[in-house]
Amino acid sequence: MNQFCIQKFRIQKFHFQRSQLCIPYGLFLVCFVLAPLVVIIYYAFTNGEGKPTLENLTGFFSSPNTIGTLVYSLGIAVSTTCVCLLLAYPIAYILARSKMKHKSVVLMIFVMPMWINFTLRITALKEILTVLEGNLAYHPFLNTLIGMTYDFLPFMILPIYTTLLKLDNSLLEAAADLGADTVQTFMKVTFPLSVPGIISGIVMVFLPSMTNYVVLDMLYNSTYIMGSLIGAYFSAYDWHNGSMIALILLVIILLFTLFTNRYADEDAGSSRGGVLG
Amino acid sequence: MKKVFGRVFLALMILILYLPIFVLAVYSFTDSANIGAIHGFTLKNYETLFTKPDLRAMIAGTLLLAIGSAFVSTVLGTLGAVGVFYSGRFGNAVVGALNQVPVVNAEVVTAFSLCILLIGVCGVDKGSFISLLIGHVVLEAPFVYLSVVPRLKQMDNSLYEAALDLGASPTVALRRVVLPQIFPGVVSGFALAVTLSLDDYFITSYTKPATFDTISTYVVNATRGSQTEIKTALWALSTIIFVVVVLMVFVMNMTGNRSDKDGKRAGAGNEKE
Repeated sequence: MNQFCIQKFRIQKFHFQRSQLCIPYGLFLVCFVLAPLVVIIYYAFTNGEGKPTLENLTGFFSSPNTIGTLVYSLGIAVSTTCVCLLLAYPIAYILARSKMKHKSVVLMIFVMPMWINFTLRITALKEILTVLEGNLAYHPFLNTLIGMTYDFLPFMILPIYTTLLKLDNSLLEAAADLGADTVQTFMKVTFPLSVPGIISGIVMVFLPSMTNYVVLDMLYNSTYIMGSLIGAYFSAYDWHNGSMIALILLVIILLFTLFTNRYADEDAGSSRGGVLG
Repeated sequence: MKKVFGRVFLALMILILYLPIFVLAVYSFTDSANIGAIHGFTLKNYETLFTKPDLRAMIAGTLLLAIGSAFVSTVLGTLGAVGVFYSGRFGNAVVGALNQVPVVNAEVVTAFSLCILLIGVCGVDKGSFISLLIGHVVLEAPFVYLSVVPRLKQMDNSLYEAALDLGASPTVALRRVVLPQIFPGVVSGFALAVTLSLDDYFITSYTKPATFDTISTYVVNATRGSQTEIKTALWALSTIIFVVVVLMVFVMNMTGNRSDKDGKRAGAGNEKE
């Protein structure tokens, strides 16, 4: 009994030492992840003289300009996510279900653009669109949609492919044995089981397409999205209103995460590194 | 028939995905400044890319920043993951939750809030590169952490205890027993950190010194300007990056396959013993 206690104590002592290794990273996170959030909450609810105010909040929701920006960003984000999903699902499905020998190579081809700098990719796309359309200014929304889809498609393909690949083949055989045809099997077995992957993909695409204003800038779309508002307030040194926009985006992200956490696939969360891992 | 249809669809998507990059690659070897008629082939764009001082400085700066920040992130993130793995539920929950913030957050929000904290509240000078380095580490370290954690969970914990029983000090045991087991996760974390840094625009543009540029900020500024010489030199840059990425993927696939086979062979050997 006594010996057991000593051994337990020894192990606990070592555990204590090893856990100290996380102190630098913990401090780093507190200083540069937690503290910035506290700072923007403070700025969002104060005015230029440092007095607490709700003006930044009411200002955002009462101005037609900012509400219009919110609606436009949601429009861009929803349509980008839908187009990405409509393209990525068949790609992931065909790839995951096929009996190709070099599946992983084909998948690599689809995600490889992810590692080419996105500004360079959008430049390339811009040249092609200019040839096709003549003047980019005629179709700002369409161009932005194409640009965002071009940029974010790999992030949608990867998690869906991962979940479809894990799909247990015996379930499909069981469905077929029980008399389901191909369409029924897809609707009742394959699709429901791939929902976690779809959700991860939506998380990866929706938020960036609400905020990545560089894509709009580069494709000559001068309409603002939520990200551009932050950029504009930042350039104008209006940190109070800028912080309010950042806070509103954070709330959207938080709601989104809470909602999707219930369905999300645990290991598809870091799908940015899925291929490298 | 269905199979053919599927393959045609995949091929078509790949074609659309790569068409812009390929077209630009072809035109980077010509003297035209717009996609259209080709008058003659030349290496002028590549020459400009490697001789113009600000382009060279921009490429060197991007690479240096990517490797430097990835190194710092890898050390911090790995130590964090190992420490959290051995600490209680509380530490696990706090670090895990904070780690998730930069991962799910929009990059603009991360960049903006960090910039306000560092430059507005703490008065850090942007010219000192400190804010730029911190910004990139905030972006990258959480992903290193996330790629190390699964390796720790798969690790055989009794090996560490065995090392201690055989007289190794905890430090030695960590270095020679734990580290080798999680090393693949550390390496892929580092690689991921480099690619994140190379692709980043927002954090860089909010925290960088005024005279410093990475590829992203340079390209965005160049699209606002109208210098065709720089525009076509960037086509050359995108072609070079594309070739490098293809080569890297190729090498990664080759070595990945080989190490898999080696691993299997080693495993089989152990079983025989």
